[in-house]
Amino acid sequence: MLTSLIFYSVTVLMVASALGVILARQPIYAVLMLVTTLGAMAALFVLLGAFFVAAIQVLVYAGAIMVLFLFVVMLLDLSPEAMHRTRQNLLRVIGLGLGGLFLAKLAQALHSLPGAPIDLSAAMRPGTTREIGQLLFTTYAVPFELASVLVLVGIIGAVVLAKKSLD
Amino acid sequence: MVPVTLTHYLVASGLLFTIGIVGVIIRRNALMILLAIELMLNAANLSFVAFSRYLGQYSGQIFVFFIMIVAAAEVTVGLAIIIVMARTRGTTDADALRGLKW
Repeated sequence: MLTSLIFYSVTVLMVASALGVILARQPIYAVLMLVTTLGAMAALFVLLGAFFVAAIQVLVYAGAIMVLFLFVVMLLDLSPEAMHRTRQNLLRVIGLGLGGLFLAKLAQALHSLPGAPIDLSAAMRPGTTREIGQLLFTTYAVPFELASVLVLVGIIGAVVLAKKSLD
Repeated sequence: MVPVTLTHYLVASGLLFTIGIVGVIIRRNALMILLAIELMLNAANLSFVAFSRYLGQYSGQIFVFFIMIVAAAEVTVGLAIIIVMARTRGTTDADALRGLKW
């Protein structure tokens, strides 16, 4: 009972602020709305018993990545989008049409799924950090090391791109 | 009230993903497109964690971890490209990127 109450209120907040992300005129409001979305999603992760992922979500996503976005928004001093009215309307129609099509397809896929209830007292124990760490350094050790290479490439790419002189 | 099931989480995730797709299509500012892509990545994360809970396995949460790493790398390089674009073209409008040669 309490779980469904929390789920519904958090989901409504999440979807509403996600709509705010794509509808806000000022980029800075969009970034702040996305922070709200990510926070609500962290609450859903807690509801699902994934405490480690929820903590990472708040620390890395809502903390580090969104701060990076805010830095760039403030650095660039962006003005609200200016565009021809007809072109904008055309894009809106196309976007809503494709979005509706995608939603219909998703609903069709969900209907073919058995609506099995998630048993909240199932095999998963509350403390997940130990299990995730064990999996990360045994089964998924190679992808983990490859991810570090990817991050290194990201760092080098950002430095090379943002250098003052492109030569 | 109906108990919260896997389907509830998948519907929330699908809604979020659709909002991300619509955002990529209707916004023309490159920064806003990146934000919409972040929304889609997070929708995938939500369904990964929901399925991880449903199946009682932790592998789904590991995948969320990797998606976050990829998102961080993507955002870093993407924002650097946007900064270069603003410096050389004077705008962050995605329509301004027309030439194949810089």
